Amino acid sequence: MLTLDRKLLRDLSQLKGQVLAIGLVIAAGVAMFAMYSSTFESLDHTHTAYYDRYRLADVFASLKRAPLSTASRLEALPGVAQVEPRVVVQVTLDVPGMTEPARGLLLSIPEHRRAILNDVHLLRGRYIHATHPDEVLVIEAFATAHGLEPGDPIGAVINGRRRELMIVGIALSPEYVYTIAPGDLLPDDRRFGVFWMGRRALSSAFDMEGGFNDVSLALGPGASSEAVIADVDRLLERYGGLGAIPRRLQVSAWFVANEMREMKTMGSILPVVFLAVAAFLLNVVLSRIISVQRTQVAAMKAVGYSNREVALHYTKLALAVAFAGGVLGVAVGAWLGRGMTSMYSQYFRFPEFQYFLSPRIAVVAVGVSLVAATLGAFGAVRSAVKLPPAEAMRPEPPASFKRGWLERSGLTRMLSEPGRMILRNLGRSPVRTLLSATGIAFAIALLVFGFFFVDAVELLMKAQFEEVMLHDVTTTFVEPTSAAGRHEVERLPGVLYTEPFRAVPVRLRYGARSRQTAVMGLPAVPRLNRVVGQKAGVVELPAEGLVLSSSLGEVLGVEVGDRIFVEVLEGRRPVRTVPVARLVDEYLGTSAYMEIGALRRLMREGAVLSGAFLKVDPAELDRLHTRLKATPRVAGVSLSAAAYESFQNTIGQTLGLMITINLIFAAVIACGVVYNSARVSLSERERDLASLRVLGFTRAEISFILLGELAVVTLIAVPLGLALGYLFCRGIISALATELLRIPMVVEPVSYAWAAVAVVAVSALSGLAVRRRLDRLDLVAVLKSRE
Amino acid sequence: MTLQPSGVAFSAREVTKVYRMGEVEVHALRGVDLELMPSELIVLLGPSGSGKSTLLNILGGLDVPTSGTVWYRDHELTAADESELTRYRREHVGFVFQFYNLIPSLTAVENVALVTDISEDPMDPAKALDLVELGDRRDHFPAQLSGGEQQRVAIARAIAKQPEVLLCDEPTGALDISTGILVLEAIARVNRELGTTVAVITHNVAIAAMADRVLRMADGRIASAERNERRISASELGW
Repeated sequence: MLTLDRKLLRDLSQLKGQVLAIGLVIAAGVAMFAMYSSTFESLDHTHTAYYDRYRLADVFASLKRAPLSTASRLEALPGVAQVEPRVVVQVTLDVPGMTEPARGLLLSIPEHRRAILNDVHLLRGRYIHATHPDEVLVIEAFATAHGLEPGDPIGAVINGRRRELMIVGIALSPEYVYTIAPGDLLPDDRRFGVFWMGRRALSSAFDMEGGFNDVSLALGPGASSEAVIADVDRLLERYGGLGAIPRRLQVSAWFVANEMREMKTMGSILPVVFLAVAAFLLNVVLSRIISVQRTQVAAMKAVGYSNREVALHYTKLALAVAFAGGVLGVAVGAWLGRGMTSMYSQYFRFPEFQYFLSPRIAVVAVGVSLVAATLGAFGAVRSAVKLPPAEAMRPEPPASFKRGWLERSGLTRMLSEPGRMILRNLGRSPVRTLLSATGIAFAIALLVFGFFFVDAVELLMKAQFEEVMLHDVTTTFVEPTSAAGRHEVERLPGVLYTEPFRAVPVRLRYGARSRQTAVMGLPAVPRLNRVVGQKAGVVELPAEGLVLSSSLGEVLGVEVGDRIFVEVLEGRRPVRTVPVARLVDEYLGTSAYMEIGALRRLMREGAVLSGAFLKVDPAELDRLHTRLKATPRVAGVSLSAAAYESFQNTIGQTLGLMITINLIFAAVIACGVVYNSARVSLSERERDLASLRVLGFTRAEISFILLGELAVVTLIAVPLGLALGYLFCRGIISALATELLRIPMVVEPVSYAWAAVAVVAVSALSGLAVRRRLDRLDLVAVLKSRE
Repeated sequence: MTLQPSGVAFSAREVTKVYRMGEVEVHALRGVDLELMPSELIVLLGPSGSGKSTLLNILGGLDVPTSGTVWYRDHELTAADESELTRYRREHVGFVFQFYNLIPSLTAVENVALVTDISEDPMDPAKALDLVELGDRRDHFPAQLSGGEQQRVAIARAIAKQPEVLLCDEPTGALDISTGILVLEAIARVNRELGTTVAVITHNVAIAAMADRVLRMADGRIASAERNERRISASELGW
């Protein structure tokens, strides 16, 4: 080993406290990167393999009913490789031991072979038998929620008649990695389940023999899904086609992709912040080390070491810290990534969710931390090698102090001598003071960010469940129905108030852009399902025109006043142009609304409704549930309270964990920065302070000088950090905004307060740690040594 | 380009140096002419601030003059760039400083090895320590050595590369008489046994007696130069 490297090791061990603090900050950044990237890669790899192996379709289309012969015509379309027609129906389920109704989606599968597309993966039990028409497979999430096993029966209201089905297998499907009921935003495994049933049995129950109402297509290599979708839509138009969608917009695939995008964003922003802070810390500490070793640098140069060798020596110190931090970070990241993956597997269901951290990620993670360290070391090392050796040999000239404006103002006359020392010392190197404050401000900003997520999710949920969804129950009819349907619902037990809605499946088109969705017709002033914007608040629906959520506006590229094509996908399928009356910055989803009267005029129909929102007397809930289960007209029921509960149980948990991780890492940064600042100023002032002690100052008095500086820096950092935190949150939310979710910009005052208090507390603790060193200051040794 | 007179180790002409120290402009050298012969031992005398250290640093390639020319044998130091000066220091010069400038985190032998690591034909670090009679303290850290011992480690470090020039800046400035004499003996021995050209700067007049030649500096100039008829050995010095 070269002698210089031996020096490096000894320097490192002497600086262990600071080295540890910086190493941990680096480790935190690298861990975040490794965690997010590896989870991303694992999820990416897992879902791609799953989609391929179980042949998830490329294009999905629903329709009213087409004869089976249409399937071969679809197959003949250019670009189409395979076609799987099927029957898909929504039913109300009667689950043993559950009073409220659950919704079920029944999908037909071939009895004699496995499906060509969207094949199921059997976890337990067996595939259905052609000779037993009542046999079904059930999706694992629902089975788990109810403890269902092969051999258990389940009741379903099929075409108005209750029928007993027999579960023979528990299955997974690439189509339902994320299982969510149509129209819902959150998964609810207890109240929504997917079932697979023999094609013949399902067709005969729903009068679909010889026909199909849903079709999946696989494309040939190089085929464009847009072109195929256009052809499919044309072909299915007269069979009541509801508009084909590409896999990208298929609900489960869309959720998985959105989640992965979020992960990627977090995984690229947060580590950058951490590594920037680490680089900054390395810069401060290295500058300090080099200035302490000023004469050693001179000696090295005097005996013939070149600038490059000296620079390399100090850079190696930074690299050693970064390497250790990087390796630790990868290890911690792998551990966290495994945990995160297992949490994801609670609501992303794969036959096998294999977590792995690829060597590529490990190498990149450590590499990035090395680069950050080099950048941090650069400035400090450069000034060291620039110093001519003869100058470095001389002790540093006494720092030049000036009476700044602060003193001229006469303010300092009110201060004691130590107070003046504090002010002058801070004022002497304002840049340095500001940089130290910036470091601490970063810690505050990260904490603000951590708390912001809590606030934002809380607000989001509050908005969703206390402002938007004011109903207790949503009922959806099998077919759009007349006013009679509403009366029927009104007469149900416990119903206090009903609000009808009309949902019309449409394709919105503006220029070359289009999106398949549903227009929700609501009263002008909805009371049970309101339209609420982040800034706009509760919105009334205008008498004419569409109200779109801003994200749908962005998808279509429309502004208020633009006229867009509304291609209705049911009934007589009219195509109209409708002006965009308003864009609303909703939190969740991509929705389109119209005043219900305007929508009916557009449809040229009377008082038709698709369902109703209900306000219910809680005491009557059980009776209502029982009745709803037996109401043939009602196809689906969803419960707001249940949705909230299921949110808390799944996504709430995941978010909670991520927030905890963020907070822990923010605390690591806070400690790293504050402790380092305190140590650096101690080593800078050691001689001065020891001199003061010799002159007769007490320990408390010199502590006041040193810790006073730290306190002032911390106080400067607080407002800076809060402002930085605000900007940071703003940046993140715009980066994180997906079609699914726009996180609101809200930081509660109490969160700001917590962030500030936490860092001030960490600051105080670091101060105490340094104070202990100060108390043990060896006066003679400090004054004797020139270094 | 002027030609360097043959047989001279150092030749300096019209050397001036102005530098800033904090807010003050210091005229350290105000026109110095100097020649040093190979294997010569000279002592530079002068009060603090007379420019001794600046001159020594310029001769050693640690600093560059504001104007004037300096030659070391056939190298024009004043025309050399940073990396050439580094190579010059690495290949030809050994330094001894008043405050030893040892690396505190390295043991005595490691401090010497720091130099032998980068030299072409070094002596064994242990042998260099033996030469200054510190063989038995080779594994001590600077903090565990007395001032005189530290300075002797510094001398061992300076000579371990077998330099042609040894430049000593107040080598006994921080030492008492008896330790100072041990250090000076070591320097004289290097000059005598290895034929190294040695320049020692000091404000201690007594030390002048061990030199071949004594230069007195005052106010940035060489005020006088005299040759000793007889060099006395370091052990006979007293102050």
